[in-house]
Amino acid sequence: MPALPPEISLTFRSRTSYGGPFRERLLILHTKIGNPAKGVTMNTFRRFAIPIIGVLAVVAFQDSSLAQPAGATPPGAPGRATQAAPPDNKPRTIAPYFTPAASSPKAPDKEGFIQRWLLLEPINKPNRTNTVFTGTYVRNTFNTEFFPNQFTVVPRDGDKVKVGDQELAWHALDSTGFNVKLFRFAYGLNKTIYGVIFWAVTVVDSPREMENVRLAAGSNSASIWWVNGKEAVDLFDDRRMVMDDVVSKRLTLHKGPNIIRGAVINGPGLSDFCLRFIDENGAPVKDLTVNLGSAGK
Amino acid sequence: MKSPTLTAAILAALLPALRAQAPALNGEPFIHDPSTIAFSDGKYFTFGTGGGGLISEDGWTWHGGAQRPGGGVAPDVIKIGDRYYMAYARGGGGMSGGHASNVYVMWTKSLDPQSPDFKFNDETVVASSDGIEDCDAIDPSFLLDPTTNRLWLSYGTYFGYIRIVELDPKTGKRVAGNQAVNVAIDMEATDLIYRDGWYYLLGTHGTCCDNVNSTYNIRVGRSRNVLGPYVDNMGVDLIKGGGKLVAGASGRFVGLGHFGKLDLGDGVEKFSIHYESDMDRGGRSVLDIRPLLWKDGWPVGGDNFWGGTFEIQSERSGFALELAVDFVRMPGGRGGFGGRGGRGGPPVAPGGGQPAAPAAPPAPAPLPLIQAQTLYDVLHTWPAGNIDLRIGDYMMRPHQKWTISPVTNAGGYPGSPYFKVLIADTDRALAAAEGNELMTVPHFTGAPEQLWRIDQLTDGTYRIMPKAVPNSSEPVALTAAGASTPTLARFDPKSDKARWTFKRP
Repeated sequence: MPALPPEISLTFRSRTSYGGPFRERLLILHTKIGNPAKGVTMNTFRRFAIPIIGVLAVVAFQDSSLAQPAGATPPGAPGRATQAAPPDNKPRTIAPYFTPAASSPKAPDKEGFIQRWLLLEPINKPNRTNTVFTGTYVRNTFNTEFFPNQFTVVPRDGDKVKVGDQELAWHALDSTGFNVKLFRFAYGLNKTIYGVIFWAVTVVDSPREMENVRLAAGSNSASIWWVNGKEAVDLFDDRRMVMDDVVSKRLTLHKGPNIIRGAVINGPGLSDFCLRFIDENGAPVKDLTVNLGSAGK
Repeated sequence: MKSPTLTAAILAALLPALRAQAPALNGEPFIHDPSTIAFSDGKYFTFGTGGGGLISEDGWTWHGGAQRPGGGVAPDVIKIGDRYYMAYARGGGGMSGGHASNVYVMWTKSLDPQSPDFKFNDETVVASSDGIEDCDAIDPSFLLDPTTNRLWLSYGTYFGYIRIVELDPKTGKRVAGNQAVNVAIDMEATDLIYRDGWYYLLGTHGTCCDNVNSTYNIRVGRSRNVLGPYVDNMGVDLIKGGGKLVAGASGRFVGLGHFGKLDLGDGVEKFSIHYESDMDRGGRSVLDIRPLLWKDGWPVGGDNFWGGTFEIQSERSGFALELAVDFVRMPGGRGGFGGRGGRGGPPVAPGGGQPAAPAAPPAPAPLPLIQAQTLYDVLHTWPAGNIDLRIGDYMMRPHQKWTISPVTNAGGYPGSPYFKVLIADTDRALAAAEGNELMTVPHFTGAPEQLWRIDQLTDGTYRIMPKAVPNSSEPVALTAAGASTPTLARFDPKSDKARWTFKRP
């Protein structure tokens, strides 16, 4: 019996909601249908799954634009164009969502979004729903020590850490879109895609001391972001990624390097984040550079 | 057992909040035919029929004390350069049986009787009626045309035409050779304003001076030309009796007259009027200041905010101002689409797992009511000290409901007193924090940073400003710095970031 292709569940999801319970139901549906040996009888499958697949197929044919993964975005048209995800039977890749970070400094994009990051392969943290991501839960989770110096380290590309029985590598990457598609990062590396925690670090060079700027973040799902070791932004509950969703209080960027660190937790769904600095009027701060230095080598 | 004095004190404290309608200002705002409110020497002034007028330090509490010479009726004031021009009329109005009248203009560099610059000069006649013609030269009103810098004066009353003449803005005298133009009939207390390419002629219809039986109400027509023709929303020329309603009697206020625009800047527009009868003040004629709204190019008289329990919704994101506390789930949920067994589908096993085995259809049972989450369901999960704020999906939860009520004896601003903003059924208060940020404090103390100015904007949304921010003198407003993050920032009238609406929870 063929498994329900992941594209179908993604299509259905993109048409409706990112919401936790709904997303969870889809995940359950996908799991049950795709794994009949785990408890779904053939009669049950005929009664429920076949009509649902039929409906999904009709929806997919009625609107071909929906037959795309919600997160698929090629370079050059971030956030707008669509592109089918590679079939499961082809080698996975993080392209076209990421390229290796270059050694030369990188400015934020034209809207100020920071695209160069050191990303740690996802830490397993199973969650069947995102509705558990209250502030208390997320803080307690992130305050757990997963790897040494997790709140201070600026890793190098290729560095590895041990988290429980997982050996995870840091990757210095440039996102090709305004947002950093963590789901595509995990999927492309054949890592766990749902029920995960991502750690991200970058180093922003400021040409001068900048007062009264704000770190503006959006993430799917919950996340916390630190600037130079101080918590600046937190996003809790079952969140969609929205640019400038949560912004920090006014803060000061030092002249020279400033370390930005974040952790994103997600159950089911397309993990990602976007992050930039904005000024008092909400305009992007663009005269920054991201320079991972030796970290990016 | 409470003493009668204590009971009376409690009642006195509660009464302002129990009112359904904002009162018409504070103090002794007794006046008839108030002039357009002017700001001089750090105070607000308005002048009325008979020679006196009112003064206010903050626009909320008004007392007598303003002075002008000449007596007569219905003055108006405009500031041009360093001069305040004042127009008023003597004679006419049907008083003593006549309609022969003169409109006078004079000027002073201060409206404050305590100022050395308080001295009226160069009184001159700028318009007249002979008592026979179809016009009674009273109730003058200025307009300095912002597009041409020409100074216009409308005047007239129920006896015939409303007319416009041109004055010299350098002297206040009539432009030589200028001829009066008839623009409306049978109005009183007209006022000219300009907005977005339109000239508006506002005036009063109905019966004056009959206390609670006065039918005075404010009407408007508009024109692309200052000299008309002015037509109403139905295309009826004001010279044929037209006029769209701007504001009429409501609540405890009867007989609205003598419109004057008060532009407070940053898109905050208000208007002054008198009520022929304030039923809460023995039927006396009183001044009020109310928000001026605009809808489809027409002025609409708004009502002063007076509090209640609300969701405070951000115009930026549509989210609601809330305490930054853990979301507490209500019992239920995760039962499938539309609730357990919804959509007529098969029964779903607890936890949303595998469908249960088919069973005989159960007998119909009444669907239970779900009780709303109460404060006491969640209060124990909130920190005891200060709590930050955020903006989130409105879910009718206790951390999202705000009770807003006026604070007595804490001052105010044009039209209103300051308010306190508390989480409903608690004493937890919204407060400005140092650095132009926000927080809630466990108890309201009446400190200036816990007092809030709430102005309705011309589109019907609200601007919310703290009376003070610790260690700052910068005026700031509640602002959505991010879709989900509130802060305090200088108000930007061109953005939705600092616009809020109050919705019943």
